[in-house]
Amino acid sequence: MNATNNNMSLTGEPPKALNTQQKMATFIGLAGLAILFLAMFNLDFPNKAIWLTVSLVSIAVGTIWFAKAAYLNKHEGIKNDGVYFKSISSKGLWAWVLGIAMTLFYVVLYWFPAYLGLVKEGDNQGVIALFDPLSKQLSGNPASQWFLYGTLYTLAILAFGIKFIWKYRHNRYEILRTISVMFFQLSFAFIIPEILVRLNQPYYDLKNIWPLNYDLFAGYKINEFLGAGNIGLIMLIFGVLSIFVITPILTYKFGKRWYCSWVCGCGGLAETAGDPFRHLSDKRQSAWKVERWVIHSVVVFVTVMTTAVVFSYLRGNESESISKWSNLDDKMVVISEPEGKPIGERILAAQEAGAKSVIFLLKDASEKPPVIEKTEGITIKYGVVSQADNQPVLKRIEEGQDAALTATDGTSFIVQKGADVKQYDNSLISKEFFVWGVIIVLTLIFSWVMLFKRQELAKDAKYGAIGYFAVVISILLFTYYSSPGKLFFFDAYQLNKAYGFVIGSIFSGVIGVGFYPIFGNRVWCRFGCPMAAILGFQQRMLSKFRITVNGGQCISCGNCSTYCEMGIDVRAYAQKGENIVRSSCVGCGICSAVCPRGVLKLENGPLEGRIDGNEILLGNDVDLMTLVNRK
Amino acid sequence: MPYIKFLPLKATEVTITRNSMEHIVIIGNGIAGVTAARHIRKLSDKKITLISAETDHFFSRTALMYVYMGHLRWTDIEPYEHWFWEKNRLELKKAYVDRIDTDAKALYFSEGDALNYDKLIIATGSVTNTFGWEGLELDGVQGLVSKQDLDALEKNAPNKEICPSAVIVGGGLIGVEMAEMLRTRGIAVSMLVREDAFWTNVLPNGEAEMISRHIKSHGVDLRHNTNLDKILGDENGQVRAILAKETGEEISCKVVGVTTGVKPNITFLKDSGIETDKGVLVNRKLETNIKDIYAIGDCAQQREPIGNRPPVEAVWYTGRMMGEALAQTICGNAFEYNPGHWFNSAKFFDIEYQTYGWVFSEQRRKEYEQHFHWKHEDDTKCITIAYHKDNQKFLGINTFGIRLRHEIMDRWLTEEREVYYVMEYLRDANFDPEFYDTYEAEIVSKFNSEMDTNIKPKKKNWKRIFSY
Ligand SMILES: Cc1cc2nc3c(=O)[nH]c(=O)nc-3n(C[C@H](O)[C@H](O)[C@H](O)COP(=O)(O)OP(=O)(O)OC[C@H]3O[C@@H](n4cnc5c(N)ncnc54)[C@H](O)[C@@H]3O)c2cc1C
Ligand code: SF4
Ligand code: SF4
Repeated sequence: MNATNNNMSLTGEPPKALNTQQKMATFIGLAGLAILFLAMFNLDFPNKAIWLTVSLVSIAVGTIWFAKAAYLNKHEGIKNDGVYFKSISSKGLWAWVLGIAMTLFYVVLYWFPAYLGLVKEGDNQGVIALFDPLSKQLSGNPASQWFLYGTLYTLAILAFGIKFIWKYRHNRYEILRTISVMFFQLSFAFIIPEILVRLNQPYYDLKNIWPLNYDLFAGYKINEFLGAGNIGLIMLIFGVLSIFVITPILTYKFGKRWYCSWVCGCGGLAETAGDPFRHLSDKRQSAWKVERWVIHSVVVFVTVMTTAVVFSYLRGNESESISKWSNLDDKMVVISEPEGKPIGERILAAQEAGAKSVIFLLKDASEKPPVIEKTEGITIKYGVVSQADNQPVLKRIEEGQDAALTATDGTSFIVQKGADVKQYDNSLISKEFFVWGVIIVLTLIFSWVMLFKRQELAKDAKYGAIGYFAVVISILLFTYYSSPGKLFFFDAYQLNKAYGFVIGSIFSGVIGVGFYPIFGNRVWCRFGCPMAAILGFQQRMLSKFRITVNGGQCISCGNCSTYCEMGIDVRAYAQKGENIVRSSCVGCGICSAVCPRGVLKLENGPLEGRIDGNEILLGNDVDLMTLVNRK
Repeated sequence: MPYIKFLPLKATEVTITRNSMEHIVIIGNGIAGVTAARHIRKLSDKKITLISAETDHFFSRTALMYVYMGHLRWTDIEPYEHWFWEKNRLELKKAYVDRIDTDAKALYFSEGDALNYDKLIIATGSVTNTFGWEGLELDGVQGLVSKQDLDALEKNAPNKEICPSAVIVGGGLIGVEMAEMLRTRGIAVSMLVREDAFWTNVLPNGEAEMISRHIKSHGVDLRHNTNLDKILGDENGQVRAILAKETGEEISCKVVGVTTGVKPNITFLKDSGIETDKGVLVNRKLETNIKDIYAIGDCAQQREPIGNRPPVEAVWYTGRMMGEALAQTICGNAFEYNPGHWFNSAKFFDIEYQTYGWVFSEQRRKEYEQHFHWKHEDDTKCITIAYHKDNQKFLGINTFGIRLRHEIMDRWLTEEREVYYVMEYLRDANFDPEFYDTYEAEIVSKFNSEMDTNIKPKKKNWKRIFSY
């Protein structure tokens, strides 16, 4: 699909020029951007709050005015005139300029934030400093490159969201879902997390669900949640429920669109700022084949990575894992696991790691205190403390007060106010339980598909599924049985870092957004997003959502396929009278909007008869239809 | 993905296909020819050759306008990727068939070569219909049917500097598409329509007038009751103006779009012995008068019209349906072309139109046919329901700006429901996108007040919708 066979070689000058208002609007918007640029090159603006406001408002006003001049003086309806003639939307010079500029921005943002003016210790400079006043307003902290990015991201969704709403103002589905993504971006993604920080709570974008939010279960994040008391725990539980309970229910009822087109921030940017590029997605069958391999590999990657990260977090929580590298300088260490490695050896390891003292906390009052063996070489203080007998004291320690614990042998352990206490063996689940849990859940899903949904998978998809399943399970089993805290030959931490670099930064940012004008606006959502893959899998297997094809009305014009940002060849289904039930469909509704014959309708209906291919389409001889369509 | 699934062959078909590598030749790679080819391939192993002088590959003729408007590229209007043809062993030949020798079963091409066939399918489509006006040969006078017409328009009307204004003669579906195309490049368009509103030979007046107003609102100078007298050229043989018959007015223009209908493309058949009238004459099995030669699509003409259908049906869907039926016949499972209920759709600038069953215009209205008409106050949505005046049977429906569910309409027509039933369950038929305003309550209340009935529209019900 690359050759433009459209004979534009003559003097053809189709409608692509900007009108006067649009030119003025462009000027205002660019002026706003110029302020940011000047700040980046260290032009010191005297009153930062005012200049930042001027800049952001100009960008917004420029964009919105541009949209107004483009659409509001025209009839309501499809506004795709000249899409393939305009340089910016047909991979012309401007498209490349924009693409390269955005890509550079991402490179600087991810890897060279110092060029934006980020200063680790001390006051920010450059363009990040310009954002300090706003950041301080919200979270109380100075801005970071992520705050700058978040602000511009939100601004883009809001301003281009208004543009999108005007463009599709005849279509209430498009209007409502755009208002929805604008709302979720502004509140959940932008304001609420900053306010949480101000309230000394963990930074958490509630709608950013694992595995899109691949760091949600990373060790530091879990510590942050657990460290934040009840609210943190609720957040952590919500994070788990989001993916395992809330998501499946909503996807069952509405298809994955509830997330991808109504809530998600990546989707939000793609649908608003990325809308002019939606037709650039590759519709070739070969692209679809690549898509299936890449996106499912990302799912495997993120599953293994997350399992490894949680596994090693849980392992790290076991007193067995204490070694001389555990970094326990001057800490009081609390352990409570009686089984396994002799307690004496664990105490010795803690001593080598610099611990001040070790307490064995006896959790179950009915058990006998363990006999501590292999004690030779131990020089630090240790003892067994019964939890039941020391309840109030333990509470004081939790609150950071002075306290004295009494051991079963009568010795007492003085804990000074604010002393460093390191607890082991206190996680809710063991690493064994966790790994087996993951293995069992995956096996259940796999068996369910193979037993009940087999007929819905093409042969290659079946082989793919079996292959992926085998890979994941063997990795997990291998991890489980190989002793060091590693996954195959990768360290969990390294794995997480690699994922963050390749998938989180390069794929979703640089390629996903930077290349909008070249590859289309949903490259990340289509090829890379593991969340989309999981939701899509469910959408394909167990959901009420489908795009119904209206009998025999399709004229094979190709508008639907062309404007499908996910590169789905919608026409291929429509012209066969077959409903579109594709895992990648994000339910943006644009195929239905642009169809000039009213062929497509996104709807949630009964599961029965959701997927039906027809050889002979409605409108022909009923005898012929029943004869040939009978399966 | 759009793989062709090979149906398991039934025992009888296996014998047929094994005995012969019959060569099926299809002239015309439009929707009719390609559908026939695809279905023959599904059913058999026969050798299949598709011939066209127009393009290498099948494209969607209905989407020509979108290429000029910049919505789509040429590749986007090709429904199958290029590997499709080889994968399915459909041989393509780009050449013009000059002459057919039905005795020798041979085709002769204008390029000089020839090709033998065992069975021949004529699916040559349509060409622009004209009325022999003076000046048709001038540069800038053109229709809009083929790829070559599209290229010509790109050359004749690339922008408003080279082509400040154009005149379109005839107000049908292609005329309004051409007007929309030219308007996207800011070209002033005058449209001459014989009748007193747009497309009144097909649409009831209420609808025709609404569409006329909509066309005008897009800046088209729509002239009702106006015929073309002649086309005037300049010294270089280029169009400079047209003369209107009624007023004698001269309207200057650089392009004249002739959209006064299409007619079957059959001139190359004249001495072949294949019987023709307006189109290639066929019986219900789509057979011509000569054995092993069939005709489908726009170029075919039924000897006996089927129901209310015109003998030549120049629409996309009928071409496809003929292809589906003929493929069965060719593969030994004789089937008549027996289309179900009529349906069609179009779009007039921003207003979508769908029709199911028969709703005739005032000119063609049957004596038993009664209409109920509702129009929204915003003047972009309306419906007309036709029913039998004696037994209230539902005959057909036209909708503008409202989408309907084909399955439901087809079912109600088959079940011969009364118009009251249609009103009561109208919500089941709505196919507009989610969250759209619905108008059933308003429509039914108008119906109630006109017909003195007390129908309460039922809520949409999935069970009913899928009860087939
Ligand atoms: C601008 C436009 C818009 C339309 N919109 C709609 C619509 O919205 N809905 C609808 O239902 N219908 C529409 N139609 C009508 C529809 O496109 C036709 O009914 C349909 O394409 C006919 O298909 P066909 O296969 O019969 O013939 P065609 O598609 O016309 O194919 C015939 C092919 O045969 C080739 N051919 C002819 N003679 C020879 C020869 N001697 N040698 C070699 N090759 C030859 C021709 O070049 C052509 O490629 C539209 C038509 C046009 C022109
Ligand atoms: S199939 Fe339609 S609704 Fe789904 S992603 Fe593509 S354009 Fe959007
Ligand atoms: S479904 Fe609609 S947009 Fe897609 S090819 Fe068919 S008619 Fe065109």
